[in-house]
Order: sequence, then structure tokens, then C-alpha cells
Amino acid sequence: MKSFICIGCPVGCQLSVEVLNDEIKVAGNDCNIGKKYAIKEITAPERMFTSIVKTRSGKVVSVKSKTYIPKDKLMSCARELKSIIIDIPVKIGDVVVKNIAQTGIDIVATKEVV
Amino acid sequence: MRYVDLLIIGGGPAGLAAAIYAKEAGIDNILIVERNKELGGILNQCIHNGFGLHIFKEELTGPEYAHRFTSKVKDLNIEILLNSMVIDITKDKIASALTEEGIIEICAKSIILAMGCRERPRGSINIPGSRPSGIFTAGAAQEYINMKGLMPGKKVVILGSGDIGLIMARRMVLEGAEVLCVLELLPYSSGLKRNIAQCLHDYDIPLKYNHTVTRIIGKERLCAVEISEVDENRIPKKDTAKVIECDTLLLSVGLIPENELSKKLGIELSRITGGAIVDNNLSTNVEGVFSCGNVLHVHDLVDNVTKEAYRASESAVRYIKGNLDKGQIIKVFPGSGVRYTIPNFIDISTIKDDTIDIYFRSNEVCENSYICAYIGEEEVYKKKKRIITPGEMESITFKHKMENLKDICIKIEEK
Repeated sequence: MKSFICIGCPVGCQLSVEVLNDEIKVAGNDCNIGKKYAIKEITAPERMFTSIVKTRSGKVVSVKSKTYIPKDKLMSCARELKSIIIDIPVKIGDVVVKNIAQTGIDIVATKEVV
Repeated sequence: MRYVDLLIIGGGPAGLAAAIYAKEAGIDNILIVERNKELGGILNQCIHNGFGLHIFKEELTGPEYAHRFTSKVKDLNIEILLNSMVIDITKDKIASALTEEGIIEICAKSIILAMGCRERPRGSINIPGSRPSGIFTAGAAQEYINMKGLMPGKKVVILGSGDIGLIMARRMVLEGAEVLCVLELLPYSSGLKRNIAQCLHDYDIPLKYNHTVTRIIGKERLCAVEISEVDENRIPKKDTAKVIECDTLLLSVGLIPENELSKKLGIELSRITGGAIVDNNLSTNVEGVFSCGNVLHVHDLVDNVTKEAYRASESAVRYIKGNLDKGQIIKVFPGSGVRYTIPNFIDISTIKDDTIDIYFRSNEVCENSYICAYIGEEEVYKKKKRIITPGEMESITFKHKMENLKDICIKIEEK
């Protein structure tokens, strides 16, 4: 059995997960988000990635991964992003890096910078 | 002299939401005064996600959450003064503001205070030792990294496990620093549990409860900190002192509502929250002046700031239109287990549908406890909660006939 805190919302339920043959049993969750999170966390954990990227103008653009990325790729995403410099203007949602760290997931801007 | 219906001081999440509500409720002559060069307040540097789950039913980053409001403020043609700071207000609601065009005077029918809060610095927690560089508040480090793209250091110790401290632990690691540990003076964290999970557990950063920094070591730059375990009275135990080499110390040791301006205005402040004492309309003791967001009390979720700002703005709109009556006042006060309540008073004549909303924080972590509200000896509300922590604001809503409403006491009880 594994035990961890749900990050689905600010409540932070203490989840416990048990893997029995082909069934995954979740306990401690207040809602369905917790159940989904627990199953994901035990099979293929993933996180949102947020960071910044530098621009040639010297300004900084805040960015995020378009969707959740595998947890074990977080550091490689951070390292790859550090080596990149982009041009402005950018709008919210603009793709800043395609397929970051071979995850198949794009990095998009979260701030408008002109 | 400029004349406005509504003056909003601060263009962060509270001020923006207040402005939008008032404009949509038919108040046209609104002015937001913002000290910074852009709107959005602290959200601009909070680049992580997790904002907006309640208000927008989706997870946004800080800048995205801010953008939803700043773009609406622009669409609604609400007037904004950037790079401008209100430096004085009189009781007749005449504000002096330092702007790019010099000092101007603004006469307002109503004022919403939305100045936010600031971080407690090293000086307020009296850590002994030298004064080298390398000691930052967590929010200052956040601004360096996220707004300016500068790294404050490489080998980091964080004192305080508030949310900003936790978020910065992860942020520093992702930017290539080594975070050695997070120290917390108390036996529990005031941060959200999910932040302990996704910011510390994910990166194997130890969180040491009942620990503090007892000495700063270093001449030009920080070289090390001495950390010690504390006893139940928060006094460091001498034999537990340990020196940890590091070049950076981040402090996440609390936030203080920025009420210097409110004091000039003669607003009565709470010694517990550091914010104004307010009634259910978020009205301060100065007529026509309302307070909301982190300047009223420090929030853990921006969604709650937005909701509170809507409420303050609704009251300001009623005041401007002459519909905010004054009637009989009752007290709301914290009982056992409760640190403070918002509001501190209820003006019975302004309650709608006999519905009472009270926000509060607990004194300590309580498991399997009951949140109770009493009027005298009579229990008027009771609800079981699996866990209540000081780091998370609680709220209750209940109905009660206004005729026989008396002072309300909020308690946390074990049974």
C-alpha cells in the first residue's frame, strides 16, 4: 500500500492506494479528482510544469506545459528551457517550445509580453 | 482636485475584482491607483499553477488569472493610474497620490482598500549573527527569478513553510539550485498540504518541524546557518545546534497586511490579523471605506480574495447609491480554537435572506472536530470536519432569524 497527499485541489486529502492484481483500490479521497489522481500517481505520475523563458529583449516570459507532463521529465524540461531564448511579442497560449524534452508536449506562454 | 465615485487603492486581484464588480453594477466614475508599473499585483510573480479552481473551475497560473481580470478592466474602460501611490487619505475621503504628473488630490465618495500585504523581513524575527548578502524573503527571491530571470543563490536553506517558501523550494530546484531543507518553527506547516506534496516530497526536500535558524554565519556572503530544534515553547534547545553550509537563506515567515495608509485614515485595526475591523459588508469604522483581500487578512487562495472583493465592492456600490443603511450591530467573536473571524460585526439591517457568512481561521491543527456557532448558550450551527488547519481559511454559512439575533461566537470543539 502507498500513501500520499492529493494535489488535485487545496483540501489535500491523504490518499492510500492499494494495487491488487488488476484492480487499484483508493481510499481517503473526498471526491473523484482524488481517485483519478491516485490511480495516475501509482501508474504514471505527472505534473504541470511552470517556469520562465528569457527573451532577447531582456524581458522574461512565464510559461507552462500545455498539459501535464511525466513527473520524471520535470528536470529535463527545466534544463532544456534554460538554454532557450525567444523573441517578443508573445501572447498567452503562444507555443514557445515544441515537444519539450521529447515528451510530445508543448510549452506555452502564460503572460502577454510586448 | 479630482472627483470620483469609487477610489480603489491597489490593482492586484482584490482591487481588480472590486473595480469590475462596481463598473458592472453601474458605477462609472472609478479610479484604480496602482503603485507598480503593471496591474495584477503578486499574481504576476506567482507563475505556478493552481489558481482559479473555484472561480473559473480550471487551474490557471498566476499571470493567467490576473490576465482574466486586467483584460476585463481594460474592456470596461476603467481608469487606472500606474506607477502611482496613495500617500495620505483624510477622513473626508480626500486622497493624495504621488503620480508621474506629480502629487494629485482625489476626492472619493467611497474608497476600497486593496493594498495587499508584505513579507515579514529578517529584522522582525531577530536571527542573531552577521549581516551578509544572501538572505532574502521568499517573495523577493520569487521576483528575482520569475520577473527578472536572476538566480539569488545556489545552495539554499528555507526558513518557514508558508506557501511561498514551499513554492520557492521547488522553483529553486527547477532552476538548478540545491535546496537543503525547509525549517518550520511550529509543529505544523501553515502552507497548503498539496504544496508540501508537490514542492517538497516530489524533490525529496526535507521539512524539519520544530526547527529554526539560530545563527547567521558569513562576512560578505552567507556561508552557513546554524539550525536548532525548538522545545514546545519555541525556545531553541542548545544541544541540538547544527551548522549547515549554504549561500542563500530564504525567509517565508509570515505576511503583514499593509495598513499604514489605513492608520492615517483612522481605521481601527485588529491586533490579530493586522487588518481592518469590519462588519458583514466589509465596511471599516470610517463610513464609506471598505477593505478586502490581503490588506484585510492574509488569504491562502486568490479565489477567496476575488469573492471577498466582490462583496466589498457590492457594499461600496450600495453606499454610493445611498442604499447601505446602518442598523443594529451585533458582535462576531472567536471562541476556543478559533484565532479570528471575518466579519467582526454584523449590521443586522443589511443581512439578506437571514443568511450569515463567517470566515475564520483555527489556532492549531484539529482532527475530527466540530465547527460550532453559538448565540449565548444556544448552538445555532454545527458541522464535523475531518481536518482543520490554521493554514486554510474556513467558512460557514447559516440562516437565523434576525429579530432575535445576538452576539455570535465561533468555536472548534472535539465533540
